[in-house]
Amino acid sequence: MLEGLLIGLSTAFSVTNLAMVIGGCLIGTFIGMLPGLGPMSIIAIMIPVAITIGDPSAALILLAGVYYGAIFGGSTSSILLNAPGVAGTVATSFDGYPMARAGKAGKALTVAAIASFAGGTLGAVLLMVFAPMLSSVALLFHSAEYFALMVVGLSAIAAFAGTGNVAKAVLMTLLGLILATVGEGALFNMPRFTMGIMDLQSGLSFITLAMAMFALPEALFLVLNPARSVQGSGGGSKIDNLRISGAEMRSIAPVIGRQSVQGFFIGVLPGAGATIASFLGYAVERNIATKDEQAEFGKGSIKGLAAPETANNAACTGSFVPLLTLGIPGSGTTAILLGALIALNVTPGPRLMVDNPQIFWAVIISMYIGNLILLILNLPLIPYIARILAVPRTYLIPFILFFTLMGSYIGQNNATELLILVGLGVCATVLRFADYPLAPLLIGFILGSMLEDNFARSMQLYDGIGFIFERPMTLGLLVIAVLLVLVPSYRARRARARQAGVADGD
Amino acid sequence: MTTFTMGRRALMAAAAATLCLATSALADGHQVVEKIHFLIPGGAGGGWDGTARGTGEALTKSGIVGSASYENMSGGGGGKAIGYMIENADSLGDTLMVNSTPIVIRSLTGVFPHNFRDLTLVSGTIGDYAALVVAKDSPIQSMDDLIAAFDADPSGTAIGGGSVPGGMDHLVAAMVMEAAGKDALAVKYIPYDAGGKAMAALLSGEIKALSTGFSEAVALADAGEVRILGVTADERVDAYADAPTMKEQGIDTNFVNWRGFFAAPGLPAETLAAYQAAIAKMYDTPEWEEVRARNGWVNIHNSGSDFQTFLENQEQAIGDLMKKLGFL
Repeated sequence: MLEGLLIGLSTAFSVTNLAMVIGGCLIGTFIGMLPGLGPMSIIAIMIPVAITIGDPSAALILLAGVYYGAIFGGSTSSILLNAPGVAGTVATSFDGYPMARAGKAGKALTVAAIASFAGGTLGAVLLMVFAPMLSSVALLFHSAEYFALMVVGLSAIAAFAGTGNVAKAVLMTLLGLILATVGEGALFNMPRFTMGIMDLQSGLSFITLAMAMFALPEALFLVLNPARSVQGSGGGSKIDNLRISGAEMRSIAPVIGRQSVQGFFIGVLPGAGATIASFLGYAVERNIATKDEQAEFGKGSIKGLAAPETANNAACTGSFVPLLTLGIPGSGTTAILLGALIALNVTPGPRLMVDNPQIFWAVIISMYIGNLILLILNLPLIPYIARILAVPRTYLIPFILFFTLMGSYIGQNNATELLILVGLGVCATVLRFADYPLAPLLIGFILGSMLEDNFARSMQLYDGIGFIFERPMTLGLLVIAVLLVLVPSYRARRARARQAGVADGD
Repeated sequence: MTTFTMGRRALMAAAAATLCLATSALADGHQVVEKIHFLIPGGAGGGWDGTARGTGEALTKSGIVGSASYENMSGGGGGKAIGYMIENADSLGDTLMVNSTPIVIRSLTGVFPHNFRDLTLVSGTIGDYAALVVAKDSPIQSMDDLIAAFDADPSGTAIGGGSVPGGMDHLVAAMVMEAAGKDALAVKYIPYDAGGKAMAALLSGEIKALSTGFSEAVALADAGEVRILGVTADERVDAYADAPTMKEQGIDTNFVNWRGFFAAPGLPAETLAAYQAAIAKMYDTPEWEEVRARNGWVNIHNSGSDFQTFLENQEQAIGDLMKKLGFL
């Protein structure tokens, strides 16, 4: 591990990579603050930039910075405007906004920044400890196990459908799998489902699809939904007195400790990301608080603010565990990160630590640096940064459109990509109106070709599907996959009976 | 203080280098072609992209060509660019398209509606041999061992590669086994979509041997990960002289994955001759040697009718093999 740390340190502290961390955190904070653009859209827009960089370590550092920067920045608008920038910071507004209304906006922002910093940093420590353990099994993985792993990844989608829309999520996954079959697969030297269109021969481009699913619909949504594009009212509220007292610090310290660990492990679970972690963190801390403190929850409790803020950042770090060690995305955001890495010829999975240790370690080190930068960015500068909230939402639209269209054209230099982008983008917008989740589609698309390739290879190697029974690890993983589908749908049924529900995945 | 001295020294070196470059360009001074536009049938960063940009760099820096521009046109695995060259032939007199062995293979399977005869052949410029490799600690030490293992258990001796079945790596594996007197159809070829994944499979024992490009094999052998069983060159290659050829192990076969340049159909004879002269001249320049060495390319120069003969022979050999394997 020491050797890995040294590699990571030397990679992360290169000038380029430091610039990537700082740039990623800044972009993430600014855009995460703006209500309407979630981390998924931001990262989708950033992918072409990252791929142009070419170096996978730098690209992942940038995208990871944008991700946790957005979670960090999202809290600002939750506290000041009661309008969460990202789903993962909805719970932050429960106590953050009442604090701001009571004139304690500065204090709320400080608590959020400290909690986020602690959650992110402790999460990175846990990531450093747990990820290598999973990687030690790398050489045991054959195509059969990779196939089973993809099945696990796909079955985790059932858990995405938090609101109980399992059927819709499964339908979108299948659509993603279908889209993945277009073009020449790795196993056939003839094109499939291209309808004679030459531009489809190498299949749909992941960048185009990601943009069409997450970036373009955002812009169209802002246009179609004028209520959301009115000028933000924030920035005006006065932010002063950023100090918190020693007694307050002591009261939130245990909350931060507990929620870092809990949030991290929730993040590790496929399908449960920062959003679920923040709600659960809030609920748990409320339940274990003393009676007096409990009464304060929802009215401006600093414990109630620290809990979701710690948990969402720790979960965001935790979601890198399945991504980096198994190559399966636990959320829509990590699915986009996975796609970006594949586009850079790096396949995350058990062999990542063996083949590209510098990527793994550099990302972890960059997380420490990034959290520090975010703390600096958020503590003294936040009153100034918060002024961005006064920018009318309508100004965002041309930017999103520009980066989306340019992004899918650059690199391919193929104008047909633009037509495909707009076509898919319109379809995605319609699907969003009908309340279909789009993340499962992208996950299905990304995992689809790997699923097919590994399945076909195993079939060939074992002359049939005997490998499922001949290889115990494959069988074990497939059993886990079945459980992943059955348990959440059982829970969802029970939860629906109790009228409980959580917001969308992040 | 140290950084300052370093900076100044670097600056001086750079200035000196610029001066040398300028004088050499001036001294050579005999430009052959004014301008070349390179059409690259794939995205930025691929093998075709590197070949076109490297060639352009050597040609312009050495002063043989006045200026070079580049255009990436991906789509259809390269088919879109070929169609574009043919449809817009009249206006593409200054354009050279880079291509390689797949144009032969994919034209044979009909994935491309056109083939190399529909274009003007300029020159084959560089190439890479193919090789079969095994993991460093594999009990298989030579081609004889591999063939013995294959005879004992054909189904358990899977050979992997980074191309689709019927693609280059598969054809090389089949070609070698056939030249060794075995049934090419019985070779269990497992495709991986990237070289790295195939390598992982070799290390985990999923496949027994890997069919790959020679320069890739040399990089892996230098890293201490693999042993090269045989290379498809006629004689041992200087870049890694420890690697035995297939021929010296009694397997009479050779294979080159070439890369070269094509022009639009109906290119005037004198323009074609100028392009060919420019490329022929490029091989003697230090600028080319620098680009070539940096990329580990092997000079394999076939111009004009030689290029035609070479491509026809390759098409014949690959076509026969693909028929045997049931891909045609």
